[in-house]
Amino acid sequence: MEIAFYSAGAIALAAAALAVSRLHAVHALLYMVVALLAVAVCFFTLGAPFVAALQVIIYAGAIMVLFVFVIMMLTLGEADTVRERQWLRPGMWLGPALLALVLLLELVYALALTPEALRADTAVAPAAVGAILFGPYLIGVELAALLLLAGLVAAYHLARRDEGT
Amino acid sequence: MAEIPLHHALLLAGGLFALGLIGVMVRRNLIFMLLSLELLLNGGGLALIAAGARWGDPSGQAMFIFVLALAAAEVAVALALVLQLQRRTGDVDVDRLGEMRD
Repeated sequence: MEIAFYSAGAIALAAAALAVSRLHAVHALLYMVVALLAVAVCFFTLGAPFVAALQVIIYAGAIMVLFVFVIMMLTLGEADTVRERQWLRPGMWLGPALLALVLLLELVYALALTPEALRADTAVAPAAVGAILFGPYLIGVELAALLLLAGLVAAYHLARRDEGT
Repeated sequence: MAEIPLHHALLLAGGLFALGLIGVMVRRNLIFMLLSLELLLNGGGLALIAAGARWGDPSGQAMFIFVLALAAAEVAVALALVLQLQRRTGDVDVDRLGEMRD
Protein backbone atom coordinates (compact mmCIF):
# COMPACT_ATOMS: atom_id res chain seq x y z
CA MET A 1 0.00 0.00 0.00
CA GLU A 2 2.87 2.41 0.74
CA ILE A 3 4.23 2.01 -2.77
CA ALA A 4 0.78 2.84 -4.16
CA PHE A 5 0.62 6.03 -2.10
CA TYR A 6 4.09 7.26 -3.04
CA SER A 7 3.80 6.44 -6.75
CA ALA A 8 0.33 8.01 -6.94
CA GLY A 9 1.64 11.08 -5.12
CA ALA A 10 4.51 11.44 -7.59
CA ILE A 11 2.09 11.07 -10.51
CA ALA A 12 -0.25 13.66 -8.96
CA LEU A 13 2.55 16.22 -8.55
CA ALA A 14 3.94 15.63 -12.07
CA ALA A 15 0.50 15.77 -13.70
CA ALA A 16 -0.40 18.91 -11.72
CA ALA A 17 2.83 20.62 -12.80
CA LEU A 18 2.10 19.72 -16.43
CA ALA A 19 -1.53 20.83 -16.11
CA VAL A 20 -0.66 24.35 -14.95
CA SER A 21 2.06 24.75 -17.60
CA ARG A 22 0.38 23.47 -20.80
CA LEU A 23 -0.47 25.96 -23.54
CA HIS A 24 -3.50 24.15 -24.91
CA ALA A 25 -6.55 24.00 -22.62
CA VAL A 26 -7.54 20.45 -23.60
CA HIS A 27 -4.04 19.10 -22.85
CA ALA A 28 -4.11 20.82 -19.45
CA LEU A 29 -7.54 19.31 -18.79
CA LEU A 30 -6.37 15.77 -19.55
CA TYR A 31 -3.35 16.15 -17.24
CA MET A 32 -5.71 17.55 -14.61
CA VAL A 33 -7.90 14.42 -14.86
CA VAL A 34 -4.78 12.27 -14.34
CA ALA A 35 -3.80 14.36 -11.29
CA LEU A 36 -7.29 14.06 -9.78
CA LEU A 37 -7.36 10.28 -10.31
CA ALA A 38 -3.91 9.98 -8.68
CA VAL A 39 -5.16 12.00 -5.69
CA ALA A 40 -8.12 9.59 -5.53
CA VAL A 41 -5.64 6.69 -5.23
CA CYS A 42 -3.95 8.61 -2.38
CA PHE A 43 -7.31 8.94 -0.63
CA PHE A 44 -7.88 5.20 -1.00
CA THR A 45 -4.49 4.30 0.45
CA LEU A 46 -5.09 6.72 3.35
CA GLY A 47 -8.16 4.66 4.31
CA ALA A 48 -10.94 6.77 2.78
CA PRO A 49 -12.55 4.57 0.08
CA PHE A 50 -15.86 6.48 0.01
CA VAL A 51 -14.19 9.82 -0.62
CA ALA A 52 -11.92 8.22 -3.25
CA ALA A 53 -15.04 7.06 -5.14
CA LEU A 54 -16.59 10.53 -4.82
CA GLN A 55 -13.37 12.09 -6.14
CA VAL A 56 -13.48 9.88 -9.24
CA ILE A 57 -17.21 10.36 -9.87
CA ILE A 58 -17.66 14.06 -9.08
CA TYR A 59 -14.23 15.65 -9.60
CA ALA A 60 -12.70 13.58 -12.41
CA GLY A 61 -16.14 12.85 -13.84
CA ALA A 62 -18.69 15.62 -13.50
CA ILE A 63 -16.55 18.74 -12.94
CA MET A 64 -14.01 17.90 -15.63
CA VAL A 65 -16.80 17.11 -18.13
CA LEU A 66 -18.20 20.59 -17.36
CA PHE A 67 -14.76 22.01 -18.27
CA VAL A 68 -14.71 19.96 -21.49
CA PHE A 69 -18.12 21.31 -22.51
CA VAL A 70 -17.12 24.92 -21.87
CA ILE A 71 -13.82 24.53 -23.75
CA MET A 72 -15.75 23.03 -26.67
CA MET A 73 -18.13 26.03 -26.66
CA LEU A 74 -15.23 28.51 -26.52
CA THR A 75 -13.64 27.13 -29.74
CA LEU A 76 -10.06 28.00 -28.79
CA GLY A 77 -7.74 27.90 -31.80
CA GLU A 78 -4.11 28.18 -32.84
CA ALA A 79 -4.10 31.93 -32.09
CA ASP A 80 -4.87 31.23 -28.42
CA THR A 81 -1.92 28.82 -28.14
CA VAL A 82 0.39 31.44 -29.64
CA ARG A 83 -0.91 34.05 -27.20
CA GLU A 84 -0.50 31.64 -24.26
CA ARG A 85 3.13 31.15 -25.30
CA GLN A 86 3.63 34.93 -25.22
CA TRP A 87 2.05 35.13 -21.76
CA LEU A 88 4.06 32.23 -20.38
CA ARG A 89 7.60 33.58 -20.72
CA PRO A 90 10.03 32.80 -17.87
CA GLY A 91 9.97 36.44 -16.82
CA MET A 92 6.25 36.11 -16.20
CA TRP A 93 6.16 32.92 -14.16
CA LEU A 94 9.51 32.97 -12.36
CA GLY A 95 8.53 35.51 -9.68
CA PRO A 96 5.21 33.96 -8.58
CA ALA A 97 6.75 30.46 -8.77
CA LEU A 98 9.62 31.49 -6.48
CA LEU A 99 7.22 33.08 -3.99
CA ALA A 100 5.03 29.96 -3.92
CA LEU A 101 8.16 27.84 -3.50
CA VAL A 102 9.23 29.90 -0.48
CA LEU A 103 5.79 29.34 1.08
CA LEU A 104 6.11 25.60 0.42
CA LEU A 105 9.58 25.55 2.00
CA GLU A 106 8.17 27.29 5.09
CA LEU A 107 5.55 24.54 5.32
CA VAL A 108 8.22 21.83 4.97
CA TYR A 109 10.28 23.55 7.69
CA ALA A 110 7.26 23.68 10.02
CA LEU A 111 6.61 19.99 9.37
CA ALA A 112 10.25 19.14 10.05
CA LEU A 113 9.99 20.81 13.47
CA THR A 114 6.99 18.73 14.58
CA PRO A 115 7.68 15.19 15.85
CA GLU A 116 7.52 12.36 13.30
CA ALA A 117 5.98 8.93 13.93
CA LEU A 118 2.40 10.06 13.41
CA ARG A 119 0.77 7.50 11.20
CA ALA A 120 -2.07 8.39 8.85
CA ASP A 121 -3.33 4.89 8.26
CA THR A 122 -6.61 4.49 10.17
CA ALA A 123 -9.37 3.42 7.81
CA VAL A 124 -12.70 5.20 8.32
CA ALA A 125 -15.76 3.34 7.05
CA PRO A 126 -18.34 5.12 4.85
CA ALA A 127 -21.06 4.32 7.41
CA ALA A 128 -19.28 6.47 10.02
CA VAL A 129 -19.03 9.35 7.50
CA GLY A 130 -22.76 9.10 6.73
CA ALA A 131 -23.63 8.98 10.42
CA ILE A 132 -21.62 12.11 11.19
CA LEU A 133 -22.92 13.97 8.10
CA PHE A 134 -26.56 13.46 9.10
CA GLY A 135 -25.87 13.83 12.82
CA PRO A 136 -23.76 16.77 14.05
CA TYR A 137 -23.14 18.18 10.55
CA LEU A 138 -26.79 18.18 9.43
CA ILE A 139 -26.88 21.99 9.24
CA GLY A 140 -23.79 21.84 6.97
CA VAL A 141 -25.56 19.41 4.63
CA GLU A 142 -28.58 21.74 4.47
CA LEU A 143 -26.30 24.71 3.73
CA ALA A 144 -24.48 22.74 1.02
CA ALA A 145 -27.86 21.93 -0.55
CA LEU A 146 -28.77 25.64 -0.49
CA LEU A 147 -25.38 26.54 -1.98
CA LEU A 148 -25.83 24.04 -4.82
CA LEU A 149 -29.34 25.42 -5.52
CA ALA A 150 -27.97 28.98 -5.57
CA GLY A 151 -25.15 27.82 -7.88
CA LEU A 152 -27.70 26.22 -10.21
CA VAL A 153 -29.82 29.39 -10.40
CA ALA A 154 -26.76 31.62 -10.85
CA ALA A 155 -25.26 29.41 -13.57
CA TYR A 156 -28.58 29.37 -15.46
CA HIS A 157 -28.97 33.12 -15.15
CA LEU A 158 -25.38 33.98 -16.09
CA ALA A 159 -25.06 31.62 -19.06
CA ARG A 160 -28.37 32.76 -20.59
CA ARG A 161 -28.21 34.69 -23.85
CA ASP A 162 -29.60 38.22 -23.67
CA GLU A 163 -32.50 38.19 -26.10
CA GLY A 164 -33.80 41.71 -25.46
CA THR A 165 -30.60 43.61 -26.23
CA MET B 1 -3.28 -1.09 6.19
CA ALA B 2 -0.47 1.03 4.88
CA GLU B 3 1.88 2.82 7.24
CA ILE B 4 2.12 6.25 5.72
CA PRO B 5 3.46 9.03 7.96
CA LEU B 6 1.17 12.01 8.28
CA HIS B 7 4.07 14.25 7.24
CA HIS B 8 4.29 12.67 3.80
CA ALA B 9 0.59 13.12 3.14
CA LEU B 10 0.79 16.75 4.29
CA LEU B 11 3.87 17.34 2.10
CA LEU B 12 1.96 16.02 -0.92
CA ALA B 13 -0.98 18.29 -0.03
CA GLY B 14 1.39 21.26 0.29
CA GLY B 15 3.01 20.47 -3.05
CA LEU B 16 -0.35 20.31 -4.83
CA PHE B 17 -1.40 23.56 -3.13
CA ALA B 18 1.82 25.32 -4.19
CA LEU B 19 1.40 24.18 -7.81
CA GLY B 20 -2.20 25.41 -7.81
CA LEU B 21 -1.10 28.73 -6.30
CA ILE B 22 1.52 29.15 -9.04
CA GLY B 23 -1.14 28.40 -11.65
CA VAL B 24 -3.58 30.96 -10.24
CA MET B 25 -0.89 33.66 -10.09
CA VAL B 26 0.81 33.00 -13.43
CA ARG B 27 -1.96 32.14 -15.89
CA ARG B 28 -4.12 34.85 -17.42
CA ASN B 29 -6.52 32.56 -19.25
CA LEU B 30 -9.62 32.15 -17.04
CA ILE B 31 -9.96 28.42 -17.87
CA PHE B 32 -6.43 27.71 -16.58
CA MET B 33 -7.05 29.81 -13.47
CA LEU B 34 -10.16 27.76 -12.67
CA LEU B 35 -8.24 24.51 -13.21
CA SER B 36 -5.54 25.72 -10.82
CA LEU B 37 -8.26 26.63 -8.30
CA GLU B 38 -9.47 23.02 -8.44
CA LEU B 39 -5.91 21.94 -7.70
CA LEU B 40 -5.82 24.24 -4.66
CA LEU B 41 -9.07 22.77 -3.33
CA ASN B 42 -7.75 19.25 -3.89
CA GLY B 43 -4.55 19.98 -1.95
CA GLY B 44 -6.60 21.29 0.96
CA GLY B 45 -8.90 18.26 0.74
CA LEU B 46 -5.95 15.88 0.86
CA ALA B 47 -4.80 17.55 4.10
CA LEU B 48 -8.30 17.07 5.55
CA ILE B 49 -8.38 13.38 4.59
CA ALA B 50 -4.87 12.79 5.98
CA ALA B 51 -5.79 14.45 9.28
CA GLY B 52 -9.00 12.40 9.45
CA ALA B 53 -7.03 9.21 8.83
CA ARG B 54 -4.47 10.18 11.48
CA TRP B 55 -7.07 10.38 14.27
CA GLY B 56 -9.51 7.84 12.82
CA ASP B 57 -12.17 10.57 12.77
CA PRO B 58 -14.84 10.70 10.03
CA SER B 59 -14.98 14.53 10.31
CA GLY B 60 -12.13 14.86 7.81
CA GLN B 61 -14.06 12.98 5.15
CA ALA B 62 -17.25 14.93 5.97
CA MET B 63 -15.32 18.20 5.47
CA PHE B 64 -13.99 16.96 2.13
CA ILE B 65 -17.55 16.23 1.00
CA PHE B 66 -18.45 19.85 1.83
CA VAL B 67 -15.40 21.02 -0.15
CA LEU B 68 -16.61 18.89 -3.08
CA ALA B 69 -20.08 20.52 -3.00
CA LEU B 70 -18.42 23.95 -2.80
CA ALA B 71 -16.17 23.18 -5.77
CA ALA B 72 -19.12 21.99 -7.86
CA ALA B 73 -21.13 25.16 -7.17
CA GLU B 74 -18.10 27.40 -7.72
CA VAL B 75 -17.19 25.81 -11.03
CA ALA B 76 -20.76 26.01 -12.33
CA VAL B 77 -20.99 29.75 -11.62
CA ALA B 78 -17.44 30.51 -12.80
CA LEU B 79 -17.81 28.63 -16.08
CA ALA B 80 -21.10 30.44 -16.75
CA LEU B 81 -19.18 33.70 -16.20
CA VAL B 82 -16.49 32.51 -18.64
CA LEU B 83 -19.14 31.81 -21.28
CA GLN B 84 -20.70 35.24 -20.74
CA LEU B 85 -17.25 36.91 -20.95
CA GLN B 86 -16.47 35.06 -24.18
CA ARG B 87 -19.83 36.12 -25.59
CA ARG B 88 -19.33 39.79 -24.73
CA THR B 89 -15.63 40.31 -25.45
CA GLY B 90 -14.73 37.29 -27.59
CA ASP B 91 -11.87 36.58 -25.21
CA VAL B 92 -11.08 34.65 -22.01
CA ASP B 93 -8.43 37.07 -20.72
CA VAL B 94 -8.92 37.73 -16.99
CA ASP B 95 -7.88 41.38 -17.46
CA ARG B 96 -11.04 42.00 -19.45
CA LEU B 97 -13.32 40.77 -16.66
CA GLY B 98 -13.73 44.38 -15.49
CA GLU B 99 -15.51 45.25 -18.75
CA MET B 100 -18.47 43.12 -17.64
CA ARG B 101 -19.56 45.69 -15.05
CA ASP B 102 -21.85 47.56 -17.42
